[in-house]
Amino acid sequence: MNTPLKARPASELNAESLYQELLQQMRVIVAKADSPVRLVGIASGGVWLAHRLQADLGLEGSAGVVSSSMHRDDFSTRGLSSMSVQTQLPFEINGANVWLIDDVLYTGRTIRAVLNELFDYGRPAAVKLAVLVDRGQRELPVEANLAIARSDLPATQLLELSRTEDGQLTFGIEATPE
Amino acid sequence: MRIQRNPQLNANGELIHLLSTEGLSKDVLTNILDTATNFVSVSDREVKKVPLLRGKSVFNLFFENSTRTRTTFDIAATRLSADVINLDIARSSASKGESLLDTIDNLSAMAADIFVVRHNESGAPYLIAQHVAPHVHVVNAGDGRHAHPTQALLDMYTIRHFKGDFSNLSVAIVGDVLHSRVARSNIHALTTLGCPDVRVVGPKTLVPGDMAQMGARVCNDLREGISGVDVVIALRLQNERMSGALLPSAQEFFKSYGLTPERMQWAKPDAIVMHPGPINRGVEIASAVADGPQAVILSQVTFGIAVRMAVMSIVASHDA
Repeated sequence: MNTPLKARPASELNAESLYQELLQQMRVIVAKADSPVRLVGIASGGVWLAHRLQADLGLEGSAGVVSSSMHRDDFSTRGLSSMSVQTQLPFEINGANVWLIDDVLYTGRTIRAVLNELFDYGRPAAVKLAVLVDRGQRELPVEANLAIARSDLPATQLLELSRTEDGQLTFGIEATPE
Repeated sequence: MRIQRNPQLNANGELIHLLSTEGLSKDVLTNILDTATNFVSVSDREVKKVPLLRGKSVFNLFFENSTRTRTTFDIAATRLSADVINLDIARSSASKGESLLDTIDNLSAMAADIFVVRHNESGAPYLIAQHVAPHVHVVNAGDGRHAHPTQALLDMYTIRHFKGDFSNLSVAIVGDVLHSRVARSNIHALTTLGCPDVRVVGPKTLVPGDMAQMGARVCNDLREGISGVDVVIALRLQNERMSGALLPSAQEFFKSYGLTPERMQWAKPDAIVMHPGPINRGVEIASAVADGPQAVILSQVTFGIAVRMAVMSIVASHDA
C-alpha cells in the first residue's frame, strides 16, 4: 500500500477526484477485511470524508467521529478554541477494526492525540489511517496506511478541506495562523 | 485596551479568574457553557479522565465548610488529571492566626496553579486574585453573601439543557434571597444571557429591595411570583446564617413559600424545579416536589462537574 507518491503542487489538489480515488481503494480494503471496517473521521475535515465513505461504501450504521481537543499538546498555548466537535463512537470500540480518516496528514500530532482519545473509550483490535493528502514534515513517527496524494507546502501555509453547501469538497490554502 | 479592567479578564478579554458572574459578557458565559458540553460525556468514557490539567496542582481552600461543592471541584479537577490538594483551612492555619495572604504565599511556594476558594467574607477571592502570580488562577467557590459563580453557571447549564435558550424564559428564584450568593450570581447570569423575566420571590425580610436594580422583579407573593414561569429555583433556607428575627419559624416559611405540588400548578406545566442543595425537605420544598418529575436537582449536580471542569480548563489556558 505504501508505494511512494510523487509530490504534486498544492494548486493541483482536486479534493473531489482525490476522494473518488480514496473511495476506490477503501472499497478494496473493505472487501478484503476479515472483520467489519469501522470508519472514524477526524474532526473536522475527516468527518465529512468518513460520513461520505460510509454511505458510498454501503457500510452499516454510521461513521464515528473523533476529536483531538482533549489530548492536544498545545492546550496551554492555544486553549480550548477548537472544542466544537465531540468524539462519538457509535460502535463497540473494544476489538474493532478502525480506519481513521482525515483530509491532511502533516506533523502527526493530531494523530497522536486522536489515538489517545480513541483508547480512552476502549481497546480496538487495530487502528489504520487513510488520508487524502500527505504533506510531509512529520514531527512524530506516524505514517498513513493509505495516502492518495503527496504535496509539499511551506510551514507558513495551511492546507484545509472545506465543503460547499451542496457537499462538494475543495482544498484551500491559507496563511498559518500565528 | 480598557482603562479599568475587570479583574477576571486579561488584556485580551480572556477569563483568567472566575470570581463572579457579574461583569462577564454573554460570550464569556456562553463559552463556558459550550465548553462544559464537551465535558459532560467524559464520565461515559472507559477512562473518565482527560489530560488537560496534567501536571497542574489545584488547591481547594475552604475557609467555610462545604462537603458537596468541595467534592465536585475535587472530581472536576481529578477528571482533568490535575493533582488536587484539599486544605481544611477552617481547622488549620487561619485558626492559628495566619493572615489570608500569608496562607496564599505559602501555598504558592508549594507551586499551586489554581486556587479554588470558599470564604465567609465577601471579596476574599478578589483579594487573592489580585495577589497571586500571573500564571496562578482563582476560582470563587462562594464568598460570603456575594457570589457563587460556578453554582450560577451550572444552573444556567441546566436551564439551557432543559429549555434550549433564555430568550423567552420566565425564571423565579424563591426563598432566602437576602443571604443567598447563589441568587445574586444567578440574576447576573440570567440577565446577561438574555432572560427577559427574572423574579425574586420571598417575604420582605428575606428579599432585599436592591434586586430591582439588578434586573429582577420582586414578588412577595408566591402565587404571583411563580405564575407562568418556566423555571423555579428554590433556595435553601440558610438556618446557619439566620441571625435575628427575620422569620417566625421554618414551618411558617413553608406555609407561605414552600413549593408543594399544588402550588407548582401555578407555574407552566413543563416548568422545571431546581435547588442548589442541600435541600431542607418540608421547609422550602415538599418531598413530593423534590422527588417529583419536574425536579432536575440531581441533573444540576452532574452538570456541576462538567461546568467546573470547563471553568478550570478555561482559566488555566490563559495567562494574566
